[in-house]
Amino acid sequence: MLQKLFKFKGGIKPAHHKAESRGTPIAAAPLPGHLVIPLSQSAGEAAQPVVAVGDKVLKGQFIGKAEGWLSSAVHASTSGTVIAVEPRLMPHPSGLATLSVVILPDGEDRWMPLQAPDYKNMSLKSVLQYLQDAGVVGMGGAGFPSHVKMQDSAALGDLVINGAECEPYITCDDRLMRERAGEIIAGSGIIRDLLQVKRVLIGIEDNKPEAIAAMQAAVEAAGETTFSVVAVPTLYPAGGIRQLIRVLTGKEVPVDQRSTDLGIQCFNVGTALSVWRALNLGEPVVSRVVTLTGNVEQPGNWEALIGTPMNELLALARPRADTDGVIMGGPMMGIPMPACDVPVTKGSNCLIARSPTLFPPPPPEMPCIRCGACARACPQELQPFELYWWSRARQFDKAREYHLSSCIECGCCAYVCPANIPLVQYFRFSKSEIRAAAREQKMADSARARFEFKQFRAEREKAEKAEKLARAAAAQAAKLAAERDAAPEGESGAVGDAADAKQAVIAAAVERARVQRAETDSRDA
Amino acid sequence: MNFISPPYLHAETSVRRVMNRVMLALLPGIVVYTALVGVAIIVQILLACFFALLFEGLFQKLRGRSLASLQDGSALVTACLIALTFPPLSPWWLTVLGVFFAIVIAKQLYGGLGQNPFNPAMIAFAVCIVAFPALMSQWPAQGLYLPLSQQMEVIFGVSPRIDALTAATPLDAIKTALKMDSFTGSIQELLKSQSLYGTFAGRGWEWVTTAYLVGGLFLVQRRVITWQVPVAFLASMTVISLICWLVDPTRFSDPLFHLFSGGTMLGAFFIATDPVSGCATPTGKLIFGGGAGLLAYLIRVFGGFPDGIAFSILMMNICAPLIDVYTQPAIFGMRRGGKKKEREHE
Ligand code: SF4
Ligand code: SF4
Repeated sequence: MLQKLFKFKGGIKPAHHKAESRGTPIAAAPLPGHLVIPLSQSAGEAAQPVVAVGDKVLKGQFIGKAEGWLSSAVHASTSGTVIAVEPRLMPHPSGLATLSVVILPDGEDRWMPLQAPDYKNMSLKSVLQYLQDAGVVGMGGAGFPSHVKMQDSAALGDLVINGAECEPYITCDDRLMRERAGEIIAGSGIIRDLLQVKRVLIGIEDNKPEAIAAMQAAVEAAGETTFSVVAVPTLYPAGGIRQLIRVLTGKEVPVDQRSTDLGIQCFNVGTALSVWRALNLGEPVVSRVVTLTGNVEQPGNWEALIGTPMNELLALARPRADTDGVIMGGPMMGIPMPACDVPVTKGSNCLIARSPTLFPPPPPEMPCIRCGACARACPQELQPFELYWWSRARQFDKAREYHLSSCIECGCCAYVCPANIPLVQYFRFSKSEIRAAAREQKMADSARARFEFKQFRAEREKAEKAEKLARAAAAQAAKLAAERDAAPEGESGAVGDAADAKQAVIAAAVERARVQRAETDSRDA
Repeated sequence: MNFISPPYLHAETSVRRVMNRVMLALLPGIVVYTALVGVAIIVQILLACFFALLFEGLFQKLRGRSLASLQDGSALVTACLIALTFPPLSPWWLTVLGVFFAIVIAKQLYGGLGQNPFNPAMIAFAVCIVAFPALMSQWPAQGLYLPLSQQMEVIFGVSPRIDALTAATPLDAIKTALKMDSFTGSIQELLKSQSLYGTFAGRGWEWVTTAYLVGGLFLVQRRVITWQVPVAFLASMTVISLICWLVDPTRFSDPLFHLFSGGTMLGAFFIATDPVSGCATPTGKLIFGGGAGLLAYLIRVFGGFPDGIAFSILMMNICAPLIDVYTQPAIFGMRRGGKKKEREHE
């Protein structure tokens, strides 16, 4: 079927560097010495540990229970003994630690008894629950829990399966599609049935002809008529959700909306595979395919257990002597790892060994000459040099006006900038400042609300008390008047009350001033 | 472990490369110009380049900045534009003064590369033509080929400036004619009678400007500049000159003449396209180029200066920031359902 395709503006064509790692089949990585399994691997709250030090676990056994609907469960990726439940460094440039379960493998890699659910006869809600418990999250890198995305997708028109893999160097999805096309198609079919969509569009960049052929063959073998495998032009970032939707459907997701508002939901090919495994085999997510490439002797793709320390995994590709760090993800959006032994997580699609020769340090930053190259390259059609200008000037409101929030941090702008300005770094900085300011504002707002409510309650109580006293006094006065006895008692009570109220008003004013001061202080800081 | 942030890949590009391309694109013009007036123009370019680097280096140092910026080539582009817009036999100090104003006043004092609100080369031209109108109007007469030694003597002030050196340019001639009430006959006849008219514009100059056009198209093709500014510039000049010419063909020259005379091509492709002092949004660029072309025509035909490029571009420089603010393009996802750009791929 000849699919009508559309274009998005901007984009770049960096060298692919996929040939290095795409040639050899996926191999299973050997068991590492120990596994460090972070309990926070997806958006949402971290999972709660349900094992303790000394516990024996089997492969696939629950070790972290999802905490709330947005969270996702975590499982032991091999059989062995829990030797620690403690904060460990996350694969995140911040160098922050997160609670992790450390497992010493027993070498048997023994699965717990698996039982596939009878998902066809289950309600959508319980299937989603099952996926949450199986730890199925987006495998493309972002790691958003899949069950949440599916829940948001009632009454959809299109399902987009993202096999674009537009970043250079990464080939894990390419290999997956070539080797496990049948499972991916089956998984996509399950998602289609769950969401009751009419059409499934599988977008694959046309630099992966084997993957396209394999997926097409799998679609035909499965006799699926609602599927189309579409070769999309190779143009980074064609795999960006909004860009891929544009290319495949011609629709632009409005800035303030999500794709589901247009009736489109998007899943990565790896996620489709996870869904199939979870529902057809009852297997939770305990491993993923990771591309090992860059400054290594033997690039390739490995099926690695979640929690494998990156240095142990990377050793399989034999990094060269001058390797000076690891990048997780691709060279455009990947992030530098804070240490070489951080663990592989569900979002670790690629590890690039870096060296000064592979990625030379950028030449010194020069002033922006407003050449506009960045704007022409921006797939979100922003004006990066304006964003840069306002970010540099710390005028974050202005940066917001120029749509900073629509920036997907794809790096196209920095790639083409002749002045070597690390634009994305500026944008990330501005975004974090804006987020921090919003958080502070929210905290201040809720503090004020709390304070005002307390104030209101105090005053109400005061008023009620005064009223009661006044009533009592009046009754007393009436009684006393009736008895023609002393009235002053009631009066003195009223006076004391009025003085009380005045005191309270002054205190309130002082407190308000203090809060205001604290607010402006924190805003300036 | 160092934490260079993503992206780790970078296109093969640098400010220096951009500037080198611009200079490369000026080359055909320089060659034809040299053939027309002699080696003097090369001397002027070298002179301007030398002092541009000197001033730039000096002031970078004074401002406590690194001298690495000397390598970005921006000062050299400015120097070339000054040498090409000033009369080729200007005294050496006039060129140096122009370079001083461009590099020191218009660029460094505003904060250096990327910060200047005005086009430095045009500031140089404007200041010098206001201060030294006579010297800035001495264009070599057609057919006057001075030997190199004599040209050097003129430039470096060893021998007195010869009156015969200069003659009215075609643009001067038509302006003078326009102002003479008693003028009868047509512009074309006038130009021809003074042997100022070549094949389709000023004699000799038409080939220099054609060479600039060739270089400019190269810049567009290599995406060093975008099409909006030059197209809008040339279009607005064509329209306004066409209107005037249709109204009174005897007193106004035809559009072709205007497009290939004076600084039109240089202005449209090399000067109005300066990104730092111009507009950055696509619509803004159209307005900027269109405005500059229109003003250039009005100044060159009705104003008091021989050509209008410098002042028109400076005026548009003033408006550029405001134009940019009001022409911000819609971003991806602000057009509903993508109906607006239904470009098909296959
Ligand atoms: S590409 Fe770089 S130099 Fe050019 S406008 Fe953008 S930020 Fe400025
Ligand atoms: S990083 Fe942001 S501003 Fe830069 S090209 Fe990508 S979306 Fe545009």
